[in-house]
Amino acid sequence: MDGDDIRGAVHTNMRHDSAVKHVTGRAVYIDDMPVPPNCQETALVLSPYASARIVLIDTSEAAGMPGVSVVISAKDIPGINDIAPVFADEPMLADATADYAGMPVAAVAADTYDQALAAAKRIKIEYEELEPVLSIEEAWEKGLFTYTPPKIVFGDAEDAIKKSPNTVFGDVSCGGQDHFYLESHIALALPGEDSDVTVYSSTQHPTEVQHGVSHVLGVAQNDVTVEVRRMGGGFGGKESQSTIVAGIAALLAVKCHKPVKLRLRRDDDMIATGKRHDFLFKYRMGFDDTGRIDSAIIDMAARSGNVADLSAGVVARALCHGNNAYYIPNVLFRGWPCKTNTVSNTAFRGFGGPQGMIAIETAIEHIARELGKTVEDVRAVNWMGTTDRNVMPYGQTVTENIMPEIAERLAREIDLDGRKKAIDEFNASHTTLKKGIALMPVTFGISFNAPVLNQAGALVHVYTDGSVHLNHGGTEMGQGLFTKVAQVVSSVFQIDIDHVKISATRTDKVPNTGPTAASAGSDLNGMAAFNAADEIRQRMAGVVAGHFGVPEDEIEFRQNRVYAGNESLSFAQAAEKTWLERVSLSATGYYKTPDIHWDAETMTGSPFYYFTFGASVSEVVIDTLTGESRVLTTDILQDVGSSLNPSIDLGQIEGAFVQGMGWVTSEELVWDPKGRLMTHGPSTYKIPGSRDVPPHFKVHILEDVPNPVPTIYRSKAVGEPPVMLAISVWLALRDAVSRTGAPKLMPKLDAPATPEAILIALEDLKQRSAA
Amino acid sequence: MIRFTLNGTPHEVGEVSPTTTMLDYVRENLHMTGTKEGCAEGDCGACTVVRIVDGSFEAVNSCLMQIGQADGIEILTVEGLEAINGGALTPVQDAMATGGGTQCGFCTPGFIGALFALEQSGELSGDDASDDIIHDALAGNLCRCTGYRPIVEAARDACGKVVDYTPQPAIDRASEHTTRDQVFHAPQTLSELMRLRAAHPAAMMLAGGTDLGLSVSKDRQKPAVVILTAHVAELLEIEEADDALILGAAVSYTRALPFIDRLYPSFAEMMRRIGSRQIRNLGTIGGNIGNASPIGDTPPCLIALDATITLASTDGERELAIEDFFLDYRKTDLRPGEIISRIRIPKLTAAQSFRTYKVSKRYDQDISAVIGGYRLTLDGDTVTDARIAYGGMAATPKRAVAMEAALNGAAWSEETAAAAGLKAAQDFAPLTDHRATAEYRARVAVNLCTRLYRDLAGTETELEVVRV
Repeated sequence: MDGDDIRGAVHTNMRHDSAVKHVTGRAVYIDDMPVPPNCQETALVLSPYASARIVLIDTSEAAGMPGVSVVISAKDIPGINDIAPVFADEPMLADATADYAGMPVAAVAADTYDQALAAAKRIKIEYEELEPVLSIEEAWEKGLFTYTPPKIVFGDAEDAIKKSPNTVFGDVSCGGQDHFYLESHIALALPGEDSDVTVYSSTQHPTEVQHGVSHVLGVAQNDVTVEVRRMGGGFGGKESQSTIVAGIAALLAVKCHKPVKLRLRRDDDMIATGKRHDFLFKYRMGFDDTGRIDSAIIDMAARSGNVADLSAGVVARALCHGNNAYYIPNVLFRGWPCKTNTVSNTAFRGFGGPQGMIAIETAIEHIARELGKTVEDVRAVNWMGTTDRNVMPYGQTVTENIMPEIAERLAREIDLDGRKKAIDEFNASHTTLKKGIALMPVTFGISFNAPVLNQAGALVHVYTDGSVHLNHGGTEMGQGLFTKVAQVVSSVFQIDIDHVKISATRTDKVPNTGPTAASAGSDLNGMAAFNAADEIRQRMAGVVAGHFGVPEDEIEFRQNRVYAGNESLSFAQAAEKTWLERVSLSATGYYKTPDIHWDAETMTGSPFYYFTFGASVSEVVIDTLTGESRVLTTDILQDVGSSLNPSIDLGQIEGAFVQGMGWVTSEELVWDPKGRLMTHGPSTYKIPGSRDVPPHFKVHILEDVPNPVPTIYRSKAVGEPPVMLAISVWLALRDAVSRTGAPKLMPKLDAPATPEAILIALEDLKQRSAA
Repeated sequence: MIRFTLNGTPHEVGEVSPTTTMLDYVRENLHMTGTKEGCAEGDCGACTVVRIVDGSFEAVNSCLMQIGQADGIEILTVEGLEAINGGALTPVQDAMATGGGTQCGFCTPGFIGALFALEQSGELSGDDASDDIIHDALAGNLCRCTGYRPIVEAARDACGKVVDYTPQPAIDRASEHTTRDQVFHAPQTLSELMRLRAAHPAAMMLAGGTDLGLSVSKDRQKPAVVILTAHVAELLEIEEADDALILGAAVSYTRALPFIDRLYPSFAEMMRRIGSRQIRNLGTIGGNIGNASPIGDTPPCLIALDATITLASTDGERELAIEDFFLDYRKTDLRPGEIISRIRIPKLTAAQSFRTYKVSKRYDQDISAVIGGYRLTLDGDTVTDARIAYGGMAATPKRAVAMEAALNGAAWSEETAAAAGLKAAQDFAPLTDHRATAEYRARVAVNLCTRLYRDLAGTETELEVVRV
């Protein structure tokens, strides 16, 4: 930081605003809030059956248990038993039927959690078990979908593939993923006067919680206030899923006229709430002898679960990223949102993008093997262009594309060719251990596919002592959004960031917000806060100009002061002056992302304001006797535009990568034959630990690449794209498997590549190579 | 009355259930909310606090530790660290806050506890900030945001910066804590323990509580009588005889490790993958045996090492080969009134080699899909005695009799090892569960014999590349 600069300006490294509170335990999460002494704790009753008719619910015994305030089931809902974010299809509590094992059926509020739990066990529920549909395959075959299956059509893929000189076809699948935010879902509901209820909710989408609670309680939206200061992680898992928890807490609170807290214990959280969609892909590719793709037909079948929830968005994004970084003249991408008797899958960092890319990168590798070329050769002839061959299958023209340069630069800098030779040598001299390496390019579209979500609001007050109160619709889940937006306001006013108070997100301060999701938090809220602060800055400039008798355009804000030539006021003096002149020091700011449009019917348009680009190379080693693996190295080159805060962006890239690495390696969701989740705690569901991080893990943020479109200070989104960089780990594992057999054969390795999956792939390849 | 030192100040617990977890106690009773619940099963580490025992700082899972277990010791929570450091952030806190070690912050207090215990241990002294030690110390803490790099760097940055804190004088322990509906016994002698055991056959026998404690932390049970074995002097003894290592049943993994490491290094390497430091500081080998899980990690090793256990009761003692202790799924030969008092592990002779291989989805803190223990006695190239046992392959930890028979008397080669491995099909009929399929377990049990050969032959020494 230069001596002339303010502390906390944009483009500087500022640590997370709560860092000291985090390390001292003073950061307050919802479960840490002081509560009134009559606060009730909650236990849920979850359906043990994946599919069942509910014959009877008898809560009478439970209601009489010690400490119990109230017991509820679907019949106690005064409003509408629906908390769906998109379609109207999602009951908060199971009514006539239970549609997945773990679906909430009833809830008890009592003085203590143990009392609530004891009472929950005394609720008598009679079920008539029905035959569940548990697999993607079964639902797909039976044509069971949660909404009308979408498709992207570009050119005539069926016709083109018939004319292609070469074709490959195959299938691949990827598993789901539990978010495993360290703070499980929680809500604290406080009933107020009249119909008022205030809900403290661990949510990425306070407005949706507000809507859900108002539906369930049958009250107006202005009766419901939702607040969240911080979450202990979100990752998409608290975008729509929080409404279930908040809705139940609010209903209990209203029913018993007491504060009610509902904290899902880890197992209930993992069983009852949605996860990343697992997908099954079938691909057919037509291409010429150089590997240039002429036609791609990919069926993408997703486990939507019992209801649609956000599947329409997830599948749309999977389809929109089914070509990743490549131009394909003839495309048919079909999405199949399979309706199964499993928990409804939901948003998870990447939101379908990682899944779509799993498919196309597998197909690219397949083409390379078929032609005896390297994957890099095949990518080279298929890159999306900038003036030619530069249209996405959904019709958006790409004009700024640095993907090929990034991928080629990374390959050059880490000497990919030399590394491959070294791996050949290692593998030749080792019997048990085999290494593999792979590069993964990522082109990711930024903006919500649904244009309506691309709007945001902010509220800024300047007080007469020059201190600033900042509020906006974005939520803080650890990603540093609050810090970045504070940096924006600090920069607008040119005051040290210490003067900017960051405040909790509340629906009564900034209304009608979208979710903090789609990597768009700082793009949207940063710009809204900029607009609010800039409005106040202009008013202050007008007052100060009048005070010094200079034209307004000569007023300059810098170094905590407001200058008119050589004369100046401190920012605080300028604020007080503005108040004395009876000019408002409070403003709202609004922002909508320009130039985007999307037709969800035809799946065409220009849904993305811009694209981000990144690439990674990972090297792995596998043990061919057990299938165990280790990631040895990862190098990343990522475009983040002109970063608002490079240190926070670095944290986002590293964290997203490791999370993605877990998805493609050790994180495996397993259901029993009855459709009950068997992996519902960290003892059975294994996210990466510190030792799993590649010992060589180098992240390089691309320098001097301001966003070509006018985003907030020309920065780019960063939250999700690096998740997909972790696909390099999975591709490298498949490369290692491949190196034990005939190079032309495509190893059969799905995600996650657990030790078992790798061992099966090795044995399968061995048999096919021998044949 | 339970009394312990909390954040440097003597603390007396009032009329509170002695089986209340330390996590619930500090959060709910004391309203100290810095310590977090992430899973209540000792696997995420968000609840990590530091206990000081005999001057040493140890990370423990407060979700598994009952307050009855804390009687007489010293506990530091995240709230107390500045207080014992003159009001300033401790070096690990400062390094974590400065270096981007926190994002959502929910796991952070637990990481601070684990890192603080590590730094105070002095293991990372001077420039010797070995990543292996750091990963070992962090294996019990999960972070979902950062990708760990800045946390590992914080450990390195704080390296050598030990906080000068003198533990408070020890507080006398009580041998019994009684509330209206519970009794928590903490006997100090074996005879007293056996008397209590005979008097309360239904009591919960608690050593470290890292497994049985789950019934309290997760299943919210409230046992009427608990008998804590952790303070029984005889059960805490470690004796190295000429021909064997003898461990008291209540010796923690952490205390046993230096001895195991010297005598059976492969066993120790695997033992560092059992749970985490938080678990190993509380958990005991005796508990791992008594628990009789088919996927416990020490029994297959102990069977292969030909270990015996001593079972004691008011009627006297008897010694049993450990393989004979496990009768069926979670069923043992433990008779009413008996406790496991000692484990005797024969030392290896010059002609013997011991190896164990644990296979799981994640290297650290995971439960085995398959674990094999192998002790080979070689005379030249001839196998004179093979003792092999597996976990995860049957309802109990079990010897691989057919495999052993195939090796005994055979010339030791990769071919004989592989051929012996194939006998796994005769020895075991494993099950499919969420950790692995039966087919995978069967295949790995076979292949580990090939690994054994290559490992002993030194032909694939870089196996470490995979495992470390």
